[in-house]
Amino acid sequence: MKIRVERDGLADAVAWVARSLPSRPPVPVLGGVLLDAGAEGGSDALTVSGFDYEVSATVGVPATIADGGRTLVSGRLLADITKALPAQPVEIAVDGARASITCGNARFSLPTMPVEDYPQLPAQPELAGEVTGEAFAQAVSQVAVAAGKDDTLPMLTGMRLEITGSTLTLVATDRFRLAMREFSWQPAEGLGDAAVLAPARTLADAAKSLGAGGGTVRVGLASGDGLLGLAGSGRYTTTRLLDAEFPPYRQLLPSDHTSRAVLQVSALAEAIKRVSLVAERGTQVRLEFADGSLRLSAGGDDEGSAEEELPVDYQGEPVTIAFNPGYLVDGLGALHADRAELTFTTPNRPALIKPADDNGDVVPGYLYLLMPVRLPG
Amino acid sequence: MGRNAALPDGYDRFRATGDTTPDDTGCGVLHVDMDAFFAAVELRTRPELADRPVVVAGAGPRSVVLSANYPARRYGVRSAMPVGAARRLCPQAVYLPPTRGLYSEVSRGVLAIFRELTPLVEPLSLDEAFLDVSGALRRLGTTPAGVGALIRRRVAAEHGITCSVGVASVKFVAKLASGMAKPDGMLVVPAARTLEFLHPLPVSALWGVGRKTEENLRRHGLDTIADVARTPLERLRRALGTALGEHLHALAHGRDERPVVPDSEEKSLGAERTFDVDQHDRAFLNRELLRLSERVAASLRAKGLRGRTVSIKVRFADFRTITRARTLFAATDVARDIHGTAVALLDEAAPTAAVRLIGVRVEGLSGEDEGEQLSFDAPAGSGGAPRWREAEVAADVARSKFGAAAVRPASLLSPDEG
Repeated sequence: MKIRVERDGLADAVAWVARSLPSRPPVPVLGGVLLDAGAEGGSDALTVSGFDYEVSATVGVPATIADGGRTLVSGRLLADITKALPAQPVEIAVDGARASITCGNARFSLPTMPVEDYPQLPAQPELAGEVTGEAFAQAVSQVAVAAGKDDTLPMLTGMRLEITGSTLTLVATDRFRLAMREFSWQPAEGLGDAAVLAPARTLADAAKSLGAGGGTVRVGLASGDGLLGLAGSGRYTTTRLLDAEFPPYRQLLPSDHTSRAVLQVSALAEAIKRVSLVAERGTQVRLEFADGSLRLSAGGDDEGSAEEELPVDYQGEPVTIAFNPGYLVDGLGALHADRAELTFTTPNRPALIKPADDNGDVVPGYLYLLMPVRLPG
Repeated sequence: MGRNAALPDGYDRFRATGDTTPDDTGCGVLHVDMDAFFAAVELRTRPELADRPVVVAGAGPRSVVLSANYPARRYGVRSAMPVGAARRLCPQAVYLPPTRGLYSEVSRGVLAIFRELTPLVEPLSLDEAFLDVSGALRRLGTTPAGVGALIRRRVAAEHGITCSVGVASVKFVAKLASGMAKPDGMLVVPAARTLEFLHPLPVSALWGVGRKTEENLRRHGLDTIADVARTPLERLRRALGTALGEHLHALAHGRDERPVVPDSEEKSLGAERTFDVDQHDRAFLNRELLRLSERVAASLRAKGLRGRTVSIKVRFADFRTITRARTLFAATDVARDIHGTAVALLDEAAPTAAVRLIGVRVEGLSGEDEGEQLSFDAPAGSGGAPRWREAEVAADVARSKFGAAAVRPASLLSPDEG
């Protein structure tokens, strides 16, 4: 193999593929990136791929190919090298068990790994639908915030994707909060309704990098193989679906409320961050709602205390409800709106947060459901 | 626990005897350590054994030495050594089983003496504590060494055991001094002579230096505390990492900022079990983790505490010991949560291995007055999903009425029970 490729395109491609590689690969080849020059029908393109049986990533880079071929080198090392190269054409050549990389006056020689030990990358699953990359990335990030990070409960680390006609619904929950986003997309012809569970963190990373390029993102599903595929801006990824039952979440969504407040999101979020400076890790911020005013307070006699008052548009009996400040700020940040509607019934039942417009009316499509902290006594 | 080493040459000048006491001005910190505590307590009722080697240890094949008196230590018997090894070193020793509850009772009595003298008492275990006496000297009309001597007299008179005391200006020096004073002695390290006391000692005497760090220091040519003190801070940081480098640099210069923290609050609660034979069977280990989780959760609930961090301790057949911890999203006192986390930690840390000892611990404790993050599976006052906590609380009540075996998870029933 002998090729010449532009430095920027190569560095971007390798950096993107290497990101999805495991930091401690169980076997060395899984920490590699596969460079494939012109094997795809002799086109003048270099394909850069990575795969660890969970996630695959593939991207093409324009290249001048003198000799086609495939080689496998350490992904981390190649990413570090390409990032540091000067802005000049890069020559990659493989001779025996070593790959050489030449750029300007710099020259690297890397050991290669046996390509025949590398797993076959999964084919891109069949198209399920399309959506603009930006909208998809935003929706996924709005929901991923509520996904669990604790691997002991795999179904809670996932994001559920529900396809119902031209509506795509994304949901995630870590037992303490639940985020749900519904939006319309362009389903593929003849697609039936479906629901799958994908690892939320992987999905969020992929949606962000594919959405950043503008354009559309194509979502593919191969439920039989347990694969979700995302493609856009010349990049292709697949993710293994989680084989777990998502909790029956619709029964959690409250159908009524007795209290309703409309608040300025940034003012509230900043006040929570200030007040919770005195709350030791994990302790609550208290929200006392009364007609026209919201009093936030945190802490106690031992660790110091803080309070702050905000104007609020509030309907309901005066009530005090407490939340984990981090969870509350997460939800407010995920609204992507200037104003928020907060509705609830009692201090020990879930509160519902939704984006609102300038008139205080709810903007449909997103909700963040949050369990409160039960106050002592 | 004492180190039972002969005092190094020249260190006699720090010893407080009836006649002479080094200058103890500014030495507000005392470290008091009972001598061969369990053995000494047992010997109160078996005075005829006092001059013979005596070892307190359980009867199981995997038991370890809990305490050995000084005659036994002369044969090399040490605390935490397997009983089999102790028997090889000293077959003629008298082996006594531990007396349940007795040592904590004596320990409470000794702590009560300390607390009469100063409120600033920080117990480290049943048999040792730090005291800050600097604020109590005027009231007591004495000096720190005077308080040390008073404690030694009263513990001997009221409890029939001896203790050793280290008097110094900072904690880790006081602790070193009590170790070197053993048995039945007191060392006073004058504040102005702290460095003179420390510098000839080997690096292993520094608080926080275990075998690994000691090897590392020796590789860098640092054998004594003086060597560490002479090394530029920057070099220590590079050799040991920033935190440890700064820590040892401060200690080698006699600086230890830790105050004596009077603590009655518990920092963690745990339970562990040593098996009679090494265990490979994962299902068995998971059941043992459940049993231990049940015990820890029940004592958390009994004390009105919840914890955010669950840790496990695993000792393998080759004595290698690891601990692994995970912090939960919300504090818990529920055995099911603790067990789930413990099993996951064990799966990650040691998917297959022969295990000699296993333990479960809950840390990051907070009281019930701190608010509880509610979750969707157990919203207050709802039905639906199983509410484990309430089930476990009900079991607490049943156990308090009908005994510990009244209610257990089905997986903890042995096959012949039904």
